[in-house]
Amino acid sequence: MSPAAGTSTVQTATTTRAPSGEVGSTRAAPVDAALERTLADVVATEAALLDAGRFGDWLALFTDDGRYWVPLQGAAQVDPIGHNSLAYEDRMLLTLRVERLKNPRAHSQQPRSRCQHVLQRSMRVDASDGDDRAHELRTPFLYVESRDGEQVLLTGLYRHWLVNVEGAWKIRLKRVDLLDADRPLPAIQLFI
Amino acid sequence: MTGFAVPAAHGVAGATRFAIDALVEDDRVHRDLYLSEELFALEQQHFFATTWSYLGHTSQVPSSGDYLTVEIAGRPLVMVRQPDGAIRVLFNRCAHKGTRLVSEASGNVGRHFRCPYHAWTYRLDGAPMGMPLKAGYDGTQLATCESGRGMIALRHVAVYRDFVFVKLADAGPSFDDYFGDVLRAIDNMVDRSPEGRLAIDGGVLRNVIRCNWKIYLENINDTVHPMSTHQSAVDAAHGLWKDQPADAPKPMAMEQILPFGAGYDFFDRMGGRAYPNGHSVLGIHFSIHSGYAQLPDYEAAMRAAHGAERAAEILQRSPQNAVLYPSLAVKGSPQSIRVIRPLAADRTLVEAWSLRVAGAPDVLFERTQTYNRLVFSPMSVVAHDDVHLFESIQRGLRADGNPWVSLHRDFDRSELEGGTLETNGTSELLMRNQYRAWAKAMRDGMEGR
Repeated sequence: MSPAAGTSTVQTATTTRAPSGEVGSTRAAPVDAALERTLADVVATEAALLDAGRFGDWLALFTDDGRYWVPLQGAAQVDPIGHNSLAYEDRMLLTLRVERLKNPRAHSQQPRSRCQHVLQRSMRVDASDGDDRAHELRTPFLYVESRDGEQVLLTGLYRHWLVNVEGAWKIRLKRVDLLDADRPLPAIQLFI
Repeated sequence: MTGFAVPAAHGVAGATRFAIDALVEDDRVHRDLYLSEELFALEQQHFFATTWSYLGHTSQVPSSGDYLTVEIAGRPLVMVRQPDGAIRVLFNRCAHKGTRLVSEASGNVGRHFRCPYHAWTYRLDGAPMGMPLKAGYDGTQLATCESGRGMIALRHVAVYRDFVFVKLADAGPSFDDYFGDVLRAIDNMVDRSPEGRLAIDGGVLRNVIRCNWKIYLENINDTVHPMSTHQSAVDAAHGLWKDQPADAPKPMAMEQILPFGAGYDFFDRMGGRAYPNGHSVLGIHFSIHSGYAQLPDYEAAMRAAHGAERAAEILQRSPQNAVLYPSLAVKGSPQSIRVIRPLAADRTLVEAWSLRVAGAPDVLFERTQTYNRLVFSPMSVVAHDDVHLFESIQRGLRADGNPWVSLHRDFDRSELEGGTLETNGTSELLMRNQYRAWAKAMRDGMEGR
């Protein structure tokens, strides 16, 4: 499954609503509470690794074909090709980012940027399309990136596409739907 | 920062020539050009109002009633497509109390503008149509004063191959006199379409940078910074690519990032050209964009449209940057434009737009979007070091002891004669040329010419 194909499935899930209107309550099959917690833990761990500056460990959470995507239209964006994005990166570009941050000549990291992710409870949305190894989690967030006494505050919704690879849960797609993706932004140097 | 360096002994109006000349020397400029809020206010009034600014592209308003709102030099403007297909630019202000008629970035007003406050209405060309309680104006001066004239249309609007430019004031040169031969850079972009047509597409990347707009524009012509500024991004890219055979096909991202590591000699040999009024083309012989993969189908379509010789001529030309001073920087390949909108002495909005080339394969648009995302996004690892350094300059210039910014590299007195000048790629002539144009336009603007 290509990330783009995964994305379109995610998009379909946007409109999934239970009769009560409660988001994410519609499921193809019941998922046990333990799995639910395990999936939410992946999202929480991912954020904690970023906050700790453990970017190499963070990168290892992604599948080989994993993508990190910050669409320019936020939640409204359908695909990463027809419209541009603030970031749309595969393992190669994410590795480039992580390697650059280690370089003493990364001038913009003097002083260093720091970040804090503040997550709300993740909600699982059925996006498996019959594949019980794949799940989408939606997690509202606040993100603060701080550098040299200045803070940038961003907020929005994460959509993690998680797949089980040989017993371990991995991120195939981390989509970051910013509330204000279209506004002028200062430099965002770490990972939202 | 209050006041600028040279005391206006004869009052602002009388001493302006002296004051402006004292800030711009032949080979260096005073820091107040970047720091002074007072000078920024004078620029808005005299420089940006009397020179031609890029506003937008006609493809952004395809149908009658489509509009695009933009602020230029602090003035709210609206570009609107007319029923007959023409483009008009109006001040986005109700003639009554000053409400903006439209407040979205873009949209469609239908057949007329209607003020949301008191329902005054205007035709798409700005002419007044009506208002409630019309009888209440009988016998008043409304019809004969400014408020009776409707929305004010800009008198100086030029649409050049679908790129729309405006000049706010009556003073200043005509469009053709102002831009002259640098318009060939726009020609090259449009000629790269087998159908002769471009369209803005895929959204805009917007950056707000805490530096003066001149620092950003200088850097567009700065070929000596990539080696040191972008070392971390280039090192990381090389680290990922070093084990590949030399002829391995590069992913598009690698193809675009690796050339930032080119050496001083490469940038020096690419050459540059300075035009009157501050415009420039950098990379007149080649550039970091020259090595992108060939696209046989596209090149065949270009030959079919233009003939083999002309197609080769168009495609061979891919400068690093052309600057249509002071608001627009364009790249023909990738089809990317940057729009520079000064917000304050220490704050600049930079927008990166992508152009879709009619009659070209999707991969060309993908190349443009990828380049803009990798290099001009607020999340760009290439731009992070640029932005940090621009903001660093804005703070460092407050130091005592040296109030000057050096632009001495390869200065040659003969360049003071002006005209169109060719130079080596690492000369700072293209920057000196911007400041000579700035000083001239400021003087002319202040003296009402």
